[in-house]
Amino acid sequence: MSSFWVRRLWQSALTLLIMLTLMFFMFRMLPGDPTATVISPALYPKAQETLRIQFGLDKPLWEQYLVYVKNLAVFDFGLSFHTGRPVADEISGRLLNTILLVFPSMIAAYALGALVGAIVGWRRGSKLEAILVFLSTALQSAPVFWLSMLAILFFSIRLDLFPIGHIVSPGMFPEENWRMYLSMDFLHHLALPFLVNTLYQFCFPFLLMRSSILATVGEDYIELAKMKGLTDRRVLYHHAMRNSLLPLATTLPMTLGWAVAGSVVIETVFSWPGLGLLMVEAVGRSDYPVVQAAFLLIAVLTVVGTLIADLLYTLLDPRIVNA
Amino acid sequence: MRTFLTFINVTWKSTGGRISLCIFGLCLILAVIGPMIAPFGPSERCYDAAGKLLRLTPPSWEHPLGTTVMGRDVLSQMLWGARTAMLVGLLTALGTVVIGLNFGLIAGYFGGRIDAILMRITDILLGLPFLPFIIVLLALTDRNIWTIILAMTFVMWRSTARIVRAEVMSLRERQFVAAARTTGASDADILYREIAPNIMPLAVTSITFALAWAIITEASIGFLGFGDPDVVSWGSIIYDAYASQAMYRAPWWVVPPGIAIMVLVTSVYFIGRAYEEVINPRLQERS
Repeated sequence: MSSFWVRRLWQSALTLLIMLTLMFFMFRMLPGDPTATVISPALYPKAQETLRIQFGLDKPLWEQYLVYVKNLAVFDFGLSFHTGRPVADEISGRLLNTILLVFPSMIAAYALGALVGAIVGWRRGSKLEAILVFLSTALQSAPVFWLSMLAILFFSIRLDLFPIGHIVSPGMFPEENWRMYLSMDFLHHLALPFLVNTLYQFCFPFLLMRSSILATVGEDYIELAKMKGLTDRRVLYHHAMRNSLLPLATTLPMTLGWAVAGSVVIETVFSWPGLGLLMVEAVGRSDYPVVQAAFLLIAVLTVVGTLIADLLYTLLDPRIVNA
Repeated sequence: MRTFLTFINVTWKSTGGRISLCIFGLCLILAVIGPMIAPFGPSERCYDAAGKLLRLTPPSWEHPLGTTVMGRDVLSQMLWGARTAMLVGLLTALGTVVIGLNFGLIAGYFGGRIDAILMRITDILLGLPFLPFIIVLLALTDRNIWTIILAMTFVMWRSTARIVRAEVMSLRERQFVAAARTTGASDADILYREIAPNIMPLAVTSITFALAWAIITEASIGFLGFGDPDVVSWGSIIYDAYASQAMYRAPWWVVPPGIAIMVLVTSVYFIGRAYEEVINPRLQERS
């Protein structure tokens, strides 16, 4: 492994460490006292004290912090205030659900955006271009929860094409095991949020590809390819597009992070049982261990997603690692 | 002030920019006078002549956008919401650019260890999931509009700082900086009198991005139910419609706030693009 990757891994680890530290102290320093939800101020002072010792809250803050980090290292997120079950159990399936919602639609948005952007940029000044630029910008400007609601209103309620929400039909898979993800029912539920998210994320790669194709027009290697007598399509797909993919790949880590963080909203509208929905629900119930764990996992997903996208980028452009 | 006038002038040159500026100006005016011309208060309940609460009534002359399930006038709520959207958007954008610009200027100009430390801070912030972080922050503190603005500013300056830094790093090698240095100008003078004016076009583009993002994020926070309970925003109107389960029966309630956000944010994006196209000739049409 090259020093670039060692450095990159260290950086990611450090980012996560700082984030969990920040979380730890935020939950203990900020005015809203999370312990009030389990240790009721209405209890006798003696009973409060006993509970405090039981939860280890009587120890100095730095000692609590060390215990917290040590537990995290073995995936022990503590117990949920709400259900009393280990947070790790509550959360395990949620991570996969978020990945299945966000990653495929990001890939689809980038593939579609690159293709359409390339075609439109190649034929500069067409009416189609103006319309697409306007439409994609307007789509990106609309709040995604509102778009989702309209999609549900139209496709699910008027046309009855898709289910209104959730990941599978209630009662279909009581054990929630891997079989669930291989069923048609799952894909049927995934279709609408996938579609909305893809269209919503389409704008950015589309506009970027368009301007990056525009920049290749008139470049020497394009002129050469044309002079060789290659067909217009071949010049576009094999020469112009390949080079224009690089700026697109540079932005993928960033947009992937945004998409993971933004999944909170789309999961809420579609009642999609991912990390984001879990976090919103847990905040509503003041279930702080779950909030903390969900937040950390979203952060891990963001950081790891960025790392993977960076890896893909170095495969596309080997010059990066040596730079 | 002069920067502002050139900005208007430059953006006015294209049709898209002109239309967008008009829309944005209109929203700005509504934000100022909207609550004054609103026929009802934002949470006032409306009754018909017989004294019955007007629940979910379709649009009429009295209530051009109908009423909500609580009997509130949607149009009035929209007008109050315009003020919230503008307030949140403008303040966050301003804060974002002031912090991001200074961070980027200092990191890019001084380089070395200062740059390394400042950029490590931005890197960590870049890994922070934006919306979840704000939700956690709001869950632990007061849910009010100022906390929302502060929380968004705290995270959003990260991208501005990065973009500005890259530009400063190339600017600091230019002749005019060397010239200023030989005349004995101090670092602060060089940074704020020589380099900063050259960053302005970049700052303007970041302002438009921050503005657009802030408006959408505030709406998302409102929709998730973490907004300021005392302030009506376009996001909270949609949240009320969603939470009351009446949204599918009352399109007049749920469609207008979404369209308002979409139109306002689209205009902000197009203003930014129109400005960029004039300032940065590489983006102009090649033929």
